Amino acid sequence: MTSAEWVERAVYAPLSEQGPAPKEVVVGFGFWLFLLSDIVIFAALFAAYAVLSGAVAGGPSGPELFDRQRVFTETLCLLLSSVTCGFGYLAVQQRRAAPAYLWMFATIVLGLLFLRQETAEFAAMVAAGAGPSRSAFLSAFYTLVGTHGLHVTAGLAWLVVMLAQLATLGFEPMVGRRFLCFALFWHALDIVWIGVFTIVYLGAH
Amino acid sequence: MTLGKLSWDAIPFDQPIVMGTLVVLGIAIVGLLLLITIRGWWSYLWHEWFTSVDHKRIGVMYVLLALVMLVRGFADAIMMRTQLALAAGGAQGFLPPEHYDQIFSAHGTIMIFFVAMPFVVGLMNFAVPLQLGVRDVAFPVLNNVSFWLTAAGVLLVNVSLFVGEFARTGWLAYPPLSEIAYSPGVGVDYYLWSLQIAGLGTLLSGINLTTTILKMRAPGMSYSRMPVFCWTALASNLLIVAAFPVLTATFAMLLLDRYCGFHFFTNDAGGNPMMYINLIWLWGHPEVYILILPAFGVFSEIVATFSGKPLFGYRSMVVATMAICVLSFMVWLHHFFTMGAGANVNGFFGIMTMIIAVPTGVKVFNWLFTMYGGRIRFTAAMHWAIGFIVTFVIGGMTGVLLAIPPADFVLHNSLFLIAHFHNTVIGGVVFGVLAGYTYWFPKAFGFTLNERLGKAIFWCWVLGFYLAFMPLYALGLMGATRRMQHYSELSWKPWMLVALCGAVLIFIGLALTAVQLIVSIRQRNLHRDRTGDPWLGRTLEWSVPSPPPPWNFGRLPQVQTLDAHWVANHGGSNAPAAPTTVYRAVRIPRGNPTGIFMAFFAVIYGFAMIWHIYWLAILGLVGGLIIALVQAWRPEREIEIASEEIIAYESGVARGVA
Amino acid sequence: MSEYSEAQDSVPGAGGGLHGSRRSYFVGFAAALILTLASFAAASTHLIYGPSVPVLLGVLAIAQMGVHLVFFFHISSAPDQTNNFLSLAFGIFIVGLIVFGSMIIMANLNHMVPTMEELMKIQR
Repeated sequence: MTSAEWVERAVYAPLSEQGPAPKEVVVGFGFWLFLLSDIVIFAALFAAYAVLSGAVAGGPSGPELFDRQRVFTETLCLLLSSVTCGFGYLAVQQRRAAPAYLWMFATIVLGLLFLRQETAEFAAMVAAGAGPSRSAFLSAFYTLVGTHGLHVTAGLAWLVVMLAQLATLGFEPMVGRRFLCFALFWHALDIVWIGVFTIVYLGAH
Repeated sequence: MTLGKLSWDAIPFDQPIVMGTLVVLGIAIVGLLLLITIRGWWSYLWHEWFTSVDHKRIGVMYVLLALVMLVRGFADAIMMRTQLALAAGGAQGFLPPEHYDQIFSAHGTIMIFFVAMPFVVGLMNFAVPLQLGVRDVAFPVLNNVSFWLTAAGVLLVNVSLFVGEFARTGWLAYPPLSEIAYSPGVGVDYYLWSLQIAGLGTLLSGINLTTTILKMRAPGMSYSRMPVFCWTALASNLLIVAAFPVLTATFAMLLLDRYCGFHFFTNDAGGNPMMYINLIWLWGHPEVYILILPAFGVFSEIVATFSGKPLFGYRSMVVATMAICVLSFMVWLHHFFTMGAGANVNGFFGIMTMIIAVPTGVKVFNWLFTMYGGRIRFTAAMHWAIGFIVTFVIGGMTGVLLAIPPADFVLHNSLFLIAHFHNTVIGGVVFGVLAGYTYWFPKAFGFTLNERLGKAIFWCWVLGFYLAFMPLYALGLMGATRRMQHYSELSWKPWMLVALCGAVLIFIGLALTAVQLIVSIRQRNLHRDRTGDPWLGRTLEWSVPSPPPPWNFGRLPQVQTLDAHWVANHGGSNAPAAPTTVYRAVRIPRGNPTGIFMAFFAVIYGFAMIWHIYWLAILGLVGGLIIALVQAWRPEREIEIASEEIIAYESGVARGVA
Repeated sequence: MSEYSEAQDSVPGAGGGLHGSRRSYFVGFAAALILTLASFAAASTHLIYGPSVPVLLGVLAIAQMGVHLVFFFHISSAPDQTNNFLSLAFGIFIVGLIVFGSMIIMANLNHMVPTMEELMKIQR
C-alpha cells in the first residue's frame, strides 16, 4: 500500500468498523482458519511420531529404511509445484485461461510425481516387512507421512475438479475464490512437508 | 454382497429394557411420521426447516436436537442412580455390569457431545448474527451441513441401542480397553464413528462462527462495541477450531489401531496407551471451556438486562474471556495427575489450573457488581443466573481443591470427581443453556414462555441438583469410586438414596419443561411479544421484531456504542445517527439440501464401517462425493427481497400489524 | 451485503498486486531451495558439531516455513492482515503446545511409568 492510500484510508473509520467484509475476504479467512485446524491435526500426528519414534519393537528403524535421495527429489517436486500453483493462481486472477491451465497442469504433474515416489517408498517398505503394524514407530510414520500424502491426493483431485469448473463456468467470482482456497491449501501442504522431511527423514539418526 | 459383522444376532432380543424402549419409541416415531404425512407438513418442513440456511432456523433445530437427547441422556442417569440405590452389600441391582458399563459410557458421550454441544452451538447460531447486527453467518450452507452432520452422529449413537451395542469404556474410551483385543465388538466403533462425523460438523461450525464474528459485524461495531456474548462465542469457537482437530486425529489413530492393526496405543509392539490419554485430554480440557464460555456470555447478558444496568467491567470481562481461552490449553494434565508424570510436571499443571480460576473469579465479581445498585427483576432467567453464580462457584472451588496433586491422588476417579464436574457442568452449562433458552425463546417464536412454570423448573433443577450431587462429594471422600455397578459398603446406601431423590426432582423439572412448552404455546396470544423487546434488553437482537424477518435487519444498523439497542432507546448524545443508507434490495441465500444428503451418506458410511461392510462404506463415500460435486456446480442462488417489501414490512411492524 | 466501503482487509495469498506477487514467488522459491539444500547438507555432512545438527535443522525448517508464509501467503503485520497474523500466532502457539507439551509429558511419564516395551527390556 502506498502512503497516499494509507492517508486516504485513515479518513475512513478503522477496519473493525467497516461493516461486513467483502465475500472474497470472508471466504479466504474462513479457509485460512480451516487450514490452521488442519495444521493442528498434523501437530497431533507429529506429537505421536515424536513420542513413538523410538518404539521400534525390535524391528527396523528410520535410518535403516529412509532414502534421503528420494526424499530430496520429493521435496523439489513439491516446492516446484507450489511455485507453479502460485503462477497458475496469478493467471486465474488475471483471467488468462491458457496460462492458468498450463501452470495448473504442471502442478498436477509435479504432484503426481511426488505421490508416485511416496507410494513406491511405502510399497518397498511393506514388502521388506516394515509395514505399519510392525511397530508403534512404523504406525506413527505411515500415519503422519500417509496423511500428508492423502492430503496431496485430495488436493490433486480438487484441482482437477477446479479445472473442470474453469472449463464449464469460466472466470466466475465463485471459481476465483475457490482457486484462492486451493492455492492456500497447496502452499500449506508444502509447509507441512517441510516439517515432515526435517523431523522424520533428516531427523532420523 | 456380504454384510460384514452384521446379522440378526445384533438385535438385543434378550434385553427387556432395550426392547421395551424400542417398542415405545417405534410407536412414537411412526406416530409422528404418520401425523406429519396426514397433515401434509413434509413440504413445509423440508423447505422451511430442513434445507433452511437461515441461522435462526438452524439454531432452533440444534436446540431441539439437544433437548430430545437430554431425555435420552437423563434416562441413562436415572437408571444409574436407581441401580446404585439398590446394589449395596451383596445386592446386584437390576443392571448387570456389561449393561451398566454401556449406560455410563452412553450417558457421558450423549450429554457432552449431543446435548451440551448442540445446545451451546444452537444458542450461538441463533443469537450471534442478531447481536452483531448482520443478516446471517459467514457460510450459511456450511452451517446447515454442520447441523446435519451432528444429527448424523446422534442417529448413529441411537441406532447402537437397538442394533449391536455401545462402548463399555467410559465416555473417552481409554485404550488398551478400547483396543480391538479387549473390545472386539462394535460398541467402540459406534462411539468413534459417530463422534468423528459429529466432530467434523462441530469443527466446520467453529470456523463459521469465528469468521462471522471477526469479519462480519454491523458498520461501526468495533471489537469494543461487541456484546459480551459475542466475545465469549468468539473464544469458544476459537477453541473449537484449535481443539477439535486433536480429537479427530486421536480417534483416527485409535481407529487405525482397531481396523488396520496399527500400534499407537496397544500394549505390544511399542504402543503407548498413555499417549492417548495425553492427546484426548489436550482436546478434553478446552472442550469444557468451549461449553462454559458461552454460558458465561448468556449470564452476562441476562444479569445486565435484568439489573437494568450496563454490565460492570466490560473490558475486564473481555480480557478474562480471552485469558480463559488461552489458559484452557495449558492445564490438561490435571486430568491425569495420577498417571505418574512426576512432581515437577504435576506441580506446573496444578499451579496453572489454579491460575485459570482467577479470570473466572473476575467474571463472578463483575456479575455481582452489575447486580449491586441495579433494579433487579426476578424473572425465571434471573433465577437461573443467581442459581448459577452460587452453584458454579461451589463447583469451581472443588475444582481448585482437585487441582492440588496430592489431593487429587486421593480423589481421582472417585465420586468426588463426579460431583465436581457435574457441579460445574450442570450449574454452569445446563443452567446457562436453559437460561438462554428462556431468554431468547420470545425472540425466536414471538411469545414468552410461562414464567411461573419457568421458576418451578428452576427450583426443581436447583434442589434436584444439590440433592443428587452433594451426597456424592461425601461419598467420594469416603472412598466410593466412579463407574461402579455395585458396592459392598452398606453405610453408603442412604447417601445413594438421597441422590436418587435428587434425580427424581430433576426428572420432574424435565417433565415440567415439556409441560411449559405446551402451555406456553396454548397461551401464546396472552404472552405475545409485540415490541420485539419483552425484557427491555440492551443488545441489537431486541431491536428487531419477534420473530425476526428472514433478512434480520431492513438496514444494517450504524453502531456507535456498546449496548447499541439500549442507547438507541434511551436517546442522549450517544444515540446512533439515523441510518444514512437508503433501503436497498437484500439478497438472502436459498435453502439447500446438501447438508441433509451429506448426512445421509455419512450415516451410511458410518454404519457400514462399524459393521465392516466395506462395499457399503465405499458407496457412502462415493455418494458424499457426488453431493459435494453437485453443490460445487450449483449456482449461488439467492432470493432477492425488494426494498419495497422491506419498507412495507417495517411500516407494518411500526403500525403493529406485522 | 452491499454496505461495505472501499477500504478492506485482505486475504492471505491474494494481496500484493500482480507484479509484486510474481516476484515474490521467484524470491520465495529461491530462498526455499537454498534452505532445503542447506537442510539436506547439514544432515549428511560431518563438518558440523554433531549435537547441534538437530537445532540447526529446526532453525532451517522454521526459516523455510517463514519464507513460505511471507512469499506465498503474503502474511505480514500490516493492518489489513491483523486477523490472519493473530490467528497464525494462535495456531503456532497451539501447535507448539501440542508437540512440545506432549513430548515433555510423555518423556516424564515414560520415565516414571515404563511402557510395555521398556518393561520387557528390563525384565530380560
